[in-house]
Amino acid sequence: MDLVLPGLGLTFWMLLVFGLLMFLLKKFAWKPILTALHEREHSIDEALKSAEVAREQMAKLNSDNEALHKQAREERDQILKEAKEMKNEIIAEAKKSAEEEGKRMIQRATEEISKQKQNAIAELKGQVATLSVNIAEKLISNQLSNNAEQQAIIASQVNNLNNNQQAIA
Amino acid sequence: MPENKGLLILSKLQLFVLISVFTLFSPVFSFANEPVSEHKTEVKADTTVAHENHEISATEHSAEGHGEQHGEAEEAFNPGKMILDHVKDAHDWHILDYNGHPIGVPLPIILYDNGLHVFSSAKFEHGHAVVESKGNFYKLHDGHIYKTDAAGTIEIGEKKAVMNAKPMDFSITKNVLALLIGAALMLFIFLSVAKAYKTRGKAAPKGLQSLVEPLIVFLRDEVIKPSVGKHYARFLPLLLSIFFFIFINNLMGLIPIFPFGANLTGNIAVTMILALIVFVVVNFSGNKHYWKHIFMPDVPVGLWILLIPIEIIGVVLKPFVLMLRLFANITAGHIIILGFFSLIFIFGQKSLGAGLGASVLSVAFTLFMSVLELLVAFLQAYVFTLLTSLYIGSATEEHHHAEDHH
Repeated sequence: MDLVLPGLGLTFWMLLVFGLLMFLLKKFAWKPILTALHEREHSIDEALKSAEVAREQMAKLNSDNEALHKQAREERDQILKEAKEMKNEIIAEAKKSAEEEGKRMIQRATEEISKQKQNAIAELKGQVATLSVNIAEKLISNQLSNNAEQQAIIASQVNNLNNNQQAIA
Repeated sequence: MPENKGLLILSKLQLFVLISVFTLFSPVFSFANEPVSEHKTEVKADTTVAHENHEISATEHSAEGHGEQHGEAEEAFNPGKMILDHVKDAHDWHILDYNGHPIGVPLPIILYDNGLHVFSSAKFEHGHAVVESKGNFYKLHDGHIYKTDAAGTIEIGEKKAVMNAKPMDFSITKNVLALLIGAALMLFIFLSVAKAYKTRGKAAPKGLQSLVEPLIVFLRDEVIKPSVGKHYARFLPLLLSIFFFIFINNLMGLIPIFPFGANLTGNIAVTMILALIVFVVVNFSGNKHYWKHIFMPDVPVGLWILLIPIEIIGVVLKPFVLMLRLFANITAGHIIILGFFSLIFIFGQKSLGAGLGASVLSVAFTLFMSVLELLVAFLQAYVFTLLTSLYIGSATEEHHHAEDHH
């Protein structure tokens, strides 16, 4: 029965010692321990959070860099493209103007040629006329003895001349 | 391969158990009918057995003084008495007996009987002598101090009750000394840990600090915070003190040699004070919802007559069960271990060989039980803390939480 009956002495000492122990531990042990633990956890939390923030900033910086790179590349491509276009344009324009110039020159040459031809024809005509006149003179001087024949020759000559003039014209 | 190895170990274990059981029971068959007279010599051959016998004989001697007991029973080993003597509180710290002489640490006796009486427990001579202090006479009988006449007469009344007056006994008993040692150890551990926190600041824990810190953090985050709720910080010092008090004293109780091995947390007075503190704290921190829950439960008024007494009983019963659980678990552990050791001496009384055979099994089982008790030491401290946290939590929780309870 002693086993389940609390003894007076032990009850008294237990109350005293445990009360004192709790008081001392609370004041000199639990308070500093729990505060230190809390502070350390807090500082670890803070460190983790700031690391996270730094990581995010880093990532942001990286992505910014990336964007800048991309933009630069795009700009370069754009410039190259524009330059190519400009080159093509210039070439095309040059080709076109050269063609036009060529055409104009050809036209001018043709015109010149036809003018020269006209001149040549006109000159030829004049020479032919002179020659004809000369021939005619000779003929006329030869055949003027024969009146009838003279008449016939003149007529044919005139006719020929007319025909010739018509053909030339 | 691992299976094979496992099988091998199992078979070895089985073989061991078989041999042990055989060794244990063989003397029962072979020596069961031997005459009693043989036992005396065998028992005396074993000093440890002699020590147990001496304990008995000490009380028998005192009884013999009154001419009530026969001398023949002197040598008999009484395991029940031995176990109870070890589990209960005592006025001196018995360590061992050598050649029939008890070796132990005498403890101060402090009595209040119309004035303080302080003397050493050695004066009682284990219950043989009557001590005179300031004109009063005291005698130790069955672990209790009684006021007697100069001759030391113990009057036995009905049902073997002692009729002598008992002085108020504030002696530093075995358990009180264990309590003081435990408290000193706790102060040493936690003050040095606190100092380490102060000097090391936010650095990683080291040494004793890293032994204690995981426990504190576990208790705070896994036990106390979820159970108590948002006011948990206020109860942390109490709950941590309770946990470590129980845990450290449980462990100290498992170390068999002085100054440890006292059955402190298995003493009803100790668990009673712990439970009383829990009772006071729970009821003093209880908010109006807690009291409303008890005296005006959310049931029809007609049922109040039934429910209010139940709730009031519950208020007392919770700490009462805390007290009993810790007491019973720790005491049971001590009793089982002592029981296994008693087997050695029970068989040792039959013959030396039987005692040695039984000791193989006893040591094996005691080892197993000791390891189990290590677990129980933690578990009981944990359970006590957890339940206290839950009780405080239910006494301080806000109304909308309380609603869920019904």
